[in-house]
Amino acid sequence: MNQFFPGLYLPSDSPVHRLDPRVKMSAVLLLMMAPFALPGPEPGRRDGFWGYLLLSAFVALVSVVSRVPLLALLRTLRNLFWIGFFMFFLYIFTTPGQPLAAWGGITATWEGLLAAGAQIYRLCLLVVTASLLTFTTSPVQLSHGLEALLAPLEGLKLPVRELAMVLTIALRFVPTLFEEIEKITKAQRARGVDFRSGGPLQRARNLVPVFVPIFVSAFRRANDLATAMDARGFRCSPHRTRLRQLHLGLQDLVAVLVVLGTVLAAIGIERLA
Amino acid sequence: MQQRTLIQVEDLTHVYAPGTPFERVALRQVNLQIAAGKRVGILGPTGSGKSTLAQHLAGLLKPTVGHVLLDGVPVHSAPRDHRLQVGIAFQYPEDQIFEQTVFREVAFGPRNLGLDEAEVTARVRWALEMAGLDPETMSQRMPFTLSGGEMRRVALAGILALRPRVLILDEPTAGQDPQSRRGLLARILAWQEETGLTLVIISHALEELVLSPAEGLGQAVERLVILKEGQVVANGPTRHILSDDALLNAIGLEVPEHVKLLRALRQRGRKVRTDLVSAAEVATEIAHIWGLTPPPSPSPRRGGEEERRA
Repeated sequence: MNQFFPGLYLPSDSPVHRLDPRVKMSAVLLLMMAPFALPGPEPGRRDGFWGYLLLSAFVALVSVVSRVPLLALLRTLRNLFWIGFFMFFLYIFTTPGQPLAAWGGITATWEGLLAAGAQIYRLCLLVVTASLLTFTTSPVQLSHGLEALLAPLEGLKLPVRELAMVLTIALRFVPTLFEEIEKITKAQRARGVDFRSGGPLQRARNLVPVFVPIFVSAFRRANDLATAMDARGFRCSPHRTRLRQLHLGLQDLVAVLVVLGTVLAAIGIERLA
Repeated sequence: MQQRTLIQVEDLTHVYAPGTPFERVALRQVNLQIAAGKRVGILGPTGSGKSTLAQHLAGLLKPTVGHVLLDGVPVHSAPRDHRLQVGIAFQYPEDQIFEQTVFREVAFGPRNLGLDEAEVTARVRWALEMAGLDPETMSQRMPFTLSGGEMRRVALAGILALRPRVLILDEPTAGQDPQSRRGLLARILAWQEETGLTLVIISHALEELVLSPAEGLGQAVERLVILKEGQVVANGPTRHILSDDALLNAIGLEVPEHVKLLRALRQRGRKVRTDLVSAAEVATEIAHIWGLTPPPSPSPRRGGEEERRA
């Protein structure tokens, strides 16, 4: 593979990698909700500083233990640039409070600046936490964990096993798809397509020579895969066994307690103090 | 015959995904010159950096270190039209087909060049004919209904229609049966002879770059550049490299069957040349050893002289 995709599984043998995927997914869900349980910086109330600090420190600790390079982790934040950009202006101009500066009819407020900072920070924490999961858990483990966690919903006629299989296949083909897009983009550039210039209409039109071949090959690949699965007698039956069974170990229990403790501590500092 | 250097690769190093856990050095300090109007083969095992080098020659990648110059101008940073003097067919070029008719597919490149419709039509006809497809019957057909071999030829016509000065073919015959393989290669070499373009063929099989695909065409490529782990390990005239047993053994390349035969004959105490590129040449050489005919016919000798001039 010639490309690095932010958020893609980084094989390693760290303690975090070895955790049960069910535990990791539940822990990440909890950690992702935690920042939203903390108070935002609202006038006359606490700013949640110590809670955020505790959560951030914990995430940093996990990234060190899991041997995910900090740079790789921070790169995943690049995708947030535009949404962060819009949130910043939305909050800074719409939050009432002490005026910071004013142009025409719109006023930027000090409270708005704080709120924007806090919201963007929450979002960054969210993405970094989620990336830690995908960096340390292989796609197969992810879908296996999801299947196990959603298993109770089978009673509600939710096709859990099929969904998990679809997820596995989708994750498996993300890098393949990116490689394909890159190859076709280059091939069409060599035929004179200029992806970097032209108006919005021309740019949209330039996508046709890339996406038509991508769709054609994706459908062909899907067909081949279906045939191959069929030929090996694959069925999403409840009696299907697995090569690797999930087992909860001592390390999983420790992980659950540590995460739970951290989250409760973070909320506790802010809510009770 | 022109001997002017058209493409100059200076100290080229390429690193994929620098600064990430997937960092990989694909090319290390590659230096290379390609003369105008020549046929050059780039050879190496999988992962040796051939395809990366090909994309650099076409200006599609930015060198991590070094330069790739076309007519003395860096091809990656030059304006689009300078870069478009280099045509490139990736492996399985039929994957890039997207239009509804063969005509529109082949016309895509020329239209991007901003040519008028009359010129576009003329180029499409010419390119289809060069690719061995009948413009009358093929133009209005849907590319996705064609056979694999036809689709490949349509894709190659689409690149040829740009009328590049340099044509780079990355494994042009991959996944084709032996007959289509030879037919396609013979056709490509015929274009090169006819148009005087500079041809760069990339392959992992020495045999494909050496064997003459048709009578009278000589060796497939005149020069060979051999890559191993991102470095140039050999660069010279095809016949010289073919006769250099020590070099070929050191690189660990699989030699063509006929070279094995000639080496085996030599091991039995005969003086035998191994720089031969066709069945006819091998037959002449063996007949010569047996004393059947007077010294070898002039064809391989002439090939040898061409080499020295190159």
